[in-house]
Order: sequence, then C-alpha cells, then structure tokens
Amino acid sequence: MSTSRREFLMVGTKLLVMTAATRSALAHVLAGTPEQVDTYTAAEHWWAMVIDIEKCIGGGNCVKACKDENDVLNEPMYFRTWVERYHVNSADAEHPVVDSPNGAYDGFPEAYAEGEGKTFFVPKMCNHCVDSPCTQVCPVGATFVTVDGVVLVDKEYCIGCRYCVQACPYGCRYIDPRTHTADKCTLCYHRITKGLLPACVEVCPTGARQLADLKNPRDPVHEFLRTHPIQVLKPQMATGAKIFYNGLDGAVR
Amino acid sequence: MEGFMYPNELELQWSILIVLYPFITGLVAGAFILASLERVFNVEAVKPTYRLALLTALSFMLVAPLPLQLHLGHPERSFEMLLTPHTTSAMAMFGYVYLWYLMVVLVVEIWLDYRKDLVLAWHRSTGLTRLFYKVLTLGSGNISAGALKVDDTVGRIVTIVGIPSAFLLHGYVGFIFGSVKANPWWSTPMMPIVFLFSAIVSGIAAVLVLYIVITAWRGAHLDMACIDTIGRYLFYAFLIDFSLEMIDLIHRIYEADESFRSLDFMVHTRLFVSQIVIQIIVGTLIPIAMLALVQLMRLPERVRTWIYLSSGILTLAGIFAMRWNVVIGGQLFSKSFLGYTTYKLEFATREGLLPAILVMVLPFIILALLIRLLPPWATARASVPAVTEVA
Repeated sequence: MSTSRREFLMVGTKLLVMTAATRSALAHVLAGTPEQVDTYTAAEHWWAMVIDIEKCIGGGNCVKACKDENDVLNEPMYFRTWVERYHVNSADAEHPVVDSPNGAYDGFPEAYAEGEGKTFFVPKMCNHCVDSPCTQVCPVGATFVTVDGVVLVDKEYCIGCRYCVQACPYGCRYIDPRTHTADKCTLCYHRITKGLLPACVEVCPTGARQLADLKNPRDPVHEFLRTHPIQVLKPQMATGAKIFYNGLDGAVR
Repeated sequence: MEGFMYPNELELQWSILIVLYPFITGLVAGAFILASLERVFNVEAVKPTYRLALLTALSFMLVAPLPLQLHLGHPERSFEMLLTPHTTSAMAMFGYVYLWYLMVVLVVEIWLDYRKDLVLAWHRSTGLTRLFYKVLTLGSGNISAGALKVDDTVGRIVTIVGIPSAFLLHGYVGFIFGSVKANPWWSTPMMPIVFLFSAIVSGIAAVLVLYIVITAWRGAHLDMACIDTIGRYLFYAFLIDFSLEMIDLIHRIYEADESFRSLDFMVHTRLFVSQIVIQIIVGTLIPIAMLALVQLMRLPERVRTWIYLSSGILTLAGIFAMRWNVVIGGQLFSKSFLGYTTYKLEFATREGLLPAILVMVLPFIILALLIRLLPPWATARASVPAVTEVA
C-alpha cells in the first residue's frame, strides 16, 4: 500500500498543526496564563460558587481536598477553605456559639443534642469579590481580579506587607510562611480553566458546593439563583461577593 | 484565644514594628510643625529649639522606613511600590509622600538654614573635615547679604509648603488604617485627624524633652520663655487631640453598632492597661492636668521645668500606647466579633522587642551625630571651626 503525495502532505500538515497547538496550549498552562489557551477564553466566563447550607454535613472532605490539591500547609492557621459549625439558641440568636476545630479538617466532634437550639455548618472560602477590598489595597497590584472573575495573587510580585490580609472582611487570606507572600483560594484556577471542578466541589459527598459560571446561559446556577433565597456573607461590606449561600442563617458572620 | 476566630486570624499580621511606624512618622510631623511655628508665624520665643526640632525631624524621618522594611515578607521587592504603584492602594503612595517630605521639605529647609554655617565651617576647617563641609555646601560659597536673603525667602516658602506636607504625611498614615472597612476598630474618618493631632502632640513633647535634657547635659542656660511657650502649645494641642479622641469614643459608645460589644469587651480586658491606664490616665489626663497647673498658677522656674520634662515623657508614653492600641488592638478581636486573641511579643526575633528597641535608639544616635556636625546652638557653632583647627 502506498500513500499518495497528496495524502502524505494532508496528514503530515494536520499532525504538525496539532502538535504545535498542543505545545502552545501546554506552554500557556505551565506559564500560568491558561486564558491564552485556544480552548479556554477567559472573557467567556464569570466564575462564582453556590453553597447550599442545607446540604452541608460538616465532614471536612472539602478542607482536606483543598489542602492536598493546593499544597496548603497543614497547620491550624492556614486555610483556603474551612467549615464553621454554628449553634444558635432561639432565645439568643445574636450570639451564636461557633467552632471550627482545625478548620474542620477532620470534621466535627459530636457536641449538641437534638432539640438544643439549631446547629448547622457553614463552609467558608474566598468570596472572589467583584469589588474586592483586598485587591484594592495591594500597594503593588500583586493581587488582582482576573477577566473571568477570580481573585488571584502573583507570588513573584507580592511584597508580603499583609495589608490584603487586614483588608479582607472574611478572614480568607494568610501569609504562607514558605514564600512570605499572601495566599488564598484560587477557585482551583488551574483546574477550572481546563474544564475541571475545584477540588472542594469535586469531593463534596452531598453536592453542597456547586461551581457556577454566571456568563454561561446554560449553567443550571441561573435556575438555582432564581428559585432560592440567596444570601452573601456580610452584604453590608458591599464587596460584590460571588459565593452565594442558600439557607444562610442571619446569625452567620 | 477566647471564643471563635476565623482560622486564618490565629496569626497576628502586624507586629510592634508597625506600631513604631506611625509613632516615628508622628514625631517627625510634630517636630516639623513646631519648627514651622517660629519660621512662618515668627514666634520668637521658640527660636532656641528651631534647629533642634528640624534635626530631630530629620533623624526620625531617616529611620521611619526601617520598621516597614524589617516587617515586609520581601523587602527586596519594596521598590516595586515606587516603580509600579497600585493607584487604588492607600499604602502605595507612602514612598512618594515620604520622599517628597524628606528630600523636598526637610533636607532643603535644613540645608538652606545651615548654608552660611556650612560655608564658614568649610573655610575654617582643614583636611577631611574641610572636604566634608565643602561637599555639604554643594560648591556654593556665596554668603553675601543678598544671597542669604534669597536663602531666607526660599526657606520660608519651603516651610510654608512643608506645613501641609507634614499634615499630609501623618494624615496619610492615619488613612492607611482608617480606610480599612473590614476592621471597625480602624475604620473611621476620624483616624487621619486623630493621628495628625496626636502626631503634633508627640512631636512637640519630644522636642521639649530633648531640649531640656540636652541643655542640662551641656550645662547651658535653659531659656524659660522658650519652654513656657512650647509647654503652652503642648497643652493646647493636647486639648484638641484629647477632645477628638473623646468624640470618637463617645460616638462609638452611643452608636453601639454590631462591633461595639466586641470592642467594648476588648477595652475592658486585653487593652485595659495599655488603653485606659497608660494612654488615657497616665499618658493624657495626668500630663494635661500638670500642664494646666502651669497655666493657672505662678510656679517657680525649677518646678515648671520638672513639670515640662515629666509631662513630656508621660505624653510620649501615652502617644506610644495610643499607636499600640490602634495597631495591636485592631488585631486582637475576630472580624466575626465572636472571639479574641492575644499578641505575644517575642524578643530576639525579626519582629521582636529587640529590633524594635534598636529601631527606636537609632534616631537618637543619628541626632547626636547631626548635632555634632551641624550644631544647632549659637555658642557651639562658633566652636566647631576652632575645634577642627586644633585637630
């Protein structure tokens, strides 16, 4: 069997174009600029998350998965995501009892008996705010909101002044003692730009966390937001938070 | 830790070094404003402290960025703040405000004021000292009456520009804290104004104490008219400062917003000693009462001098406590308003007590050096060339 010159040229050119495209895509992903990959156009997305309080069982899988996926130090003061347990007595709703042992890395020990007020879990993470106070205060612009709505930190540029940690109303940032730079949730940017889910969403056994692309008209989030009472954390801060909670109790701060 | 903190809040972000930052810049701004009184408003009585105040401001100004550099995670990247400042950041302008104030205002004003002395020292000295003073004159040896008149006019303009610059410098430092909406202990438009007036108070107190101590050290005669005037300024500035702080406090207590219970608890427990005892009672009410006594009664010179000295020292302690309560106090409670943490001051670590003490000693070493090179006193000035001639 012989290959005609025409066939050889066609297949050869196709192979050549494909390897070149793959190489360039890989190069962009490795360089941390996946928005330049042909298959992912940042401007076509606007990332957010929906957290359903009624579904969260406080197992802590999300906390573990996040630490593993993102190489977050396993110490009790460095968390990209954590889970809080609220216990509210009906007579004193303004003063809830809250705990989060090691950020709920190992879940929660049994603490409250049935009928003793109400108890629920609140997963917390960076709110990827549209008007984020943390990016506003950065003196060198090392932290920024991406075109697709994710707040990231450039570790090569951060001077480690800690102003952003002070400015975040939600306590979502910390200084990584290994790099002496600010660190926080990236919404698993390295995953979502490849069509994957963030680690915390991936492992949640009850589906309490849902990644949402607000620019995608086919995303079921639109239906969910339309049909549920939705709340963001500390709305008085006017940060344009994009983590939308369903069933969030007024006692949560 | 007590109650609930967000997990990432367990680590305190800003240490004692960040307490020193507003304390030191406050001394700079305050000392400069005192110097400007003589220059711009022609208050002859405070003239003996004019040059001392300028040199004090310069000594502290040179040290001001040091605690920040010691604190940064990446000090080697700090110049990025000047090269690529992020325009929405309240912190990004510090380098510019600092350089403007240091280079354009302080250095130029001191140089113009000392130019005649520098030229005379250049001509009277020999060897390396001669070269040193020649370099400081920048090659200009013209000290004719006409040239000095020009110096005086330009110096006056620089001082006039300098007063708003000093206000800018410290009001700006207050804004860095006052604009953090996430932190109710900091977030108030009063912050820049309170910082500014406490700066004026601390700067005046510092120059007053330094003048009394150095004069005693030199065995020279203390100019009572001068310290009486400075004492009076301190008294008035302190009254304004205290009123502003009380307005802020009363407003917070009366409004009692969502953060109030948390902050109120903090002031009654963790901050009780530093806020109620040191800042308000020992560092404010007692010195104000002492200074008021001088205004109301005819006291002998010796008693007045002691009152100025001790109230000045108490004032400085009070203002330091105020910076401490703002910076450290603002980090002791959770932004969830559900818990509190403590600040553990270490000793010989990068952000411990030892580097803080060294940072605070350094301006005094610089000041001693500056006083030697650029004597602020008429009698000592005459002796400079004589001494170098012998050498």
